[in-house]
Amino acid sequence: MTERPPKVIVTKIGFDGHDRGSRVIAACLRDAGMEVIYTPPWQEISAVVKLTVEEDADVIGISSLATDHLIVPQLLAELRAAGLSDVQVIVGGIVPAKDEAMLLQSGVARVFHPGSSLDDVVESVRALSEKRRALMGEST
Amino acid sequence: MSSLAQWEAEFAKGVVGDATTYNRSGIGIKPLYTPKDQSSVPYEEALGYPGSYPFTRGIYPTMYRGRSWSQRQLIGLGVPEDYNLRVKEILDLGASALSLIPCNSVFRGYDADEVPPALLGTCGTVINHVEDMRVALDGVPIGELSTAMNDPTPFTLLAFELAVAKRRGVPWTKITGTSNQSDCISHFVANHMFFRLALQGARRVIVDHIAFANKHVPGWNPLSIVGQHMQQAGATPAEAMAFTLCSGIQYAEDCLAAGMDPDQFLPRFTFFFDVSISFFEEVAKFRAGRRIWARLCRERFGAKDPRSWRFKFHGQTSGVDLTRQQPLNNVARVTAQAMAGIFGGLQSLHTDGYDEVFSTPTAEAARIAVATQNILREEAHLTDVIDPLGGSYYVESLTDEMESKIVSLIAMIDEAGGMYQAVEKGIVQRMIGESALAFQKKVDAGEQTIVGVNAYQVEEDSANYPSQDYPDAPRMQAYLGRLAEFKKSRSNADVEKAITALARSANTPKSNVFEHVVAAAEVGATHGEICGILRKELGFGHPLTVV
Repeated sequence: MTERPPKVIVTKIGFDGHDRGSRVIAACLRDAGMEVIYTPPWQEISAVVKLTVEEDADVIGISSLATDHLIVPQLLAELRAAGLSDVQVIVGGIVPAKDEAMLLQSGVARVFHPGSSLDDVVESVRALSEKRRALMGEST
Repeated sequence: MSSLAQWEAEFAKGVVGDATTYNRSGIGIKPLYTPKDQSSVPYEEALGYPGSYPFTRGIYPTMYRGRSWSQRQLIGLGVPEDYNLRVKEILDLGASALSLIPCNSVFRGYDADEVPPALLGTCGTVINHVEDMRVALDGVPIGELSTAMNDPTPFTLLAFELAVAKRRGVPWTKITGTSNQSDCISHFVANHMFFRLALQGARRVIVDHIAFANKHVPGWNPLSIVGQHMQQAGATPAEAMAFTLCSGIQYAEDCLAAGMDPDQFLPRFTFFFDVSISFFEEVAKFRAGRRIWARLCRERFGAKDPRSWRFKFHGQTSGVDLTRQQPLNNVARVTAQAMAGIFGGLQSLHTDGYDEVFSTPTAEAARIAVATQNILREEAHLTDVIDPLGGSYYVESLTDEMESKIVSLIAMIDEAGGMYQAVEKGIVQRMIGESALAFQKKVDAGEQTIVGVNAYQVEEDSANYPSQDYPDAPRMQAYLGRLAEFKKSRSNADVEKAITALARSANTPKSNVFEHVVAAAEVGATHGEICGILRKELGFGHPLTVV
C-alpha cells in the first residue's frame, strides 16, 4: 500500500500570540512532505480535540512561548477522554526544566527548546507518527 | 605610499574567491571601506549635526552627554502587590522609568475570572481595575517619572492610571510615558497576543486615543509604532524598519484625515525596535530610520516644527538571539546588542535577562541586565562622544545602503495601497515568514554560527538553571476573591451607564471612544468589561496568519 504521510496539527492554546516558532515548524514539516494543519493562536482545547478527530491527526505540536504549556496536561486529559490517547503530543518553545518534567509525566511525548534543529523536529515527528500508527494497528 | 589597488592585490592573495558576505538584510558586505565608498551628498545634508535635520547623528543636540537613555526594564508578575515590590527594587537600583507588563489574560482583554486560573500572573501582572492600579503604583511618584503601559487598544491601563492620578490629585498634565503596544498593525502581523479588536476597529480607537492624549495628557506618547514584533517574528532588520515606517505613515495619515495638526501629534509619536546582535547592521538601521522618518514628516506630512521630525525610539535587545545552551553566554550577547542600540542613538533601552529562554527573568538576571547598561555607560564610557561611529567609511556606507533598501520596501507597500491593505492581503506576513525560515535554514546549515547551538557546544545540564517561580495558587485565589469583592463594592449602576455610553460612542463616528474608556475606568468598570463591550461593538481581533 502507498504510505500515507504523517499528519500533524501545529497549534497554540492559551493566550500567547508569538507564532514565529509555530509558523517555521509548520512550513518545515510541510517541506518535509508531511500533511500539516496549521491554526492561528488561542485555540480552545476542545477545538483542538475536535480538529484532531476530524483530521485523524497523528501528532499535535503545541507551541508555547509564554507559559501556555501549563494547560497542556488539560489537553492530554481531554484527548484521553475522547479516546485519542494514541495521538502523540509534542511541545516546543520556552519551557522551564521543572515544567518539562511535569509535561513528560503527564504524557507529552517530547519537549523542544530554543536551539532545536529543524531536522531533529522532522525526525521526531516522523517517528512519533509511526508510533501512533503502530498503536492504531496500521502498517506504515 | 599605499594605494587601494595595492591593498586589493594583497588581500586577494590572502583570501581566495568572493570576499562578499551578506548581512541579515541581504546587503553585501565588503572586507574594507574607504573614502571611495562615501556618498557624494554633502555632510550637512546627509548627516548634519545632532539635533538637526535629518538627524542621522541623533535627535537631540546633547544626546547622552545631556541625559542618559532611560533604563526602562519591563516588569510584570503575579498580583499588583508583587509588581509594586519589584518596581520599587528596580527604581532603587537606578532604573529611571518604569514599564508595566500585564498578565497574558489582560493582554487578551479578559478579567481574571474569565480565564483558566493556571495561567494567571505567570507572565505579567494581573491588573483588572482602578484599585489594582492604585496598589501597583503605590508609593511610586507617577507625576515625576515616566510610566510605560504595555497595553493595546482600548488602552484601559492608561485609563486606570489616569483615574489613580485623579484620586491622588496629580494633574494629568504631569503624567508622562508611553502607550507601548498601541500599534495594532504590528499585532495583526506579528504578535497576536496584543491583538484584541478587529483591525479597522482598533484603527479608529488609536486615532481617538492620540487625539485624547494630545489634548488632556500632553506629556504622554499615545503611539509607539513597533518594529520589534516583526523582527522577532523573523523580519530582517531592513524589513522591520521599513514596515514600521509604513505603519507610521498610516497612523500619521489617519490623524491628518481626522483634521489633526501634524505639529501636534507627530512630536508624540514614538517607535519601538528590536536590537539584534548583527551589530553594524543595527547601528545602520537606526541611523537610516532616523533620516527617512525626518524626511517623511517634513515632506510627506507637512510638519514644520523640528520636534515633529524627531525619530524617538525605545530598543529592546533581541530575545530570539538568546540561547538556552550555555545561557550565561547571553550576558555577552545582550551586551553586544545593547552597544548596537546605544551607538544607534536610542532614547530608552530594555536589556533582556540572560535567563529569558527559560522563563520570565529571575531577580538576579534582571539585576545583571540593568547593570549591563550602567557598565556600558559609566565604565566603558560609550557615551562620551555623540554618534561615535559616524564618519566610519563602513557605517556611513552601510547606513546609505540600508536606507535605499528600506526606501524601496516602503515604495512596495505604498504600491500595495499602504500598510493596512498590505497586511490585510497577507503580503507582509508572507515576507516575514519567508525571512524567518531562511534564517533558520542558515543556522541549521551552519552558515550562521550560534555559539552553543551549532558550534562550540559543550555537555551541560540546563536543568541546573533556576527559573522564575509562578505565583502560588492561594495568592491567585485570594486575588480572585478581591476581584469579586471589588465588583460588589462599586456602583454597578454607574458602571452600567458608563459601559452603555462606551458602546454608543463606538457606534458614533465623531465620538471619542477613549474618552469613554477613561470615564468607565473612573467609575470602576473592569478591563474585561471595557474590552468585552468594544469587542462586541467593533469586532473581535482575528489576526491574519499565513504559513
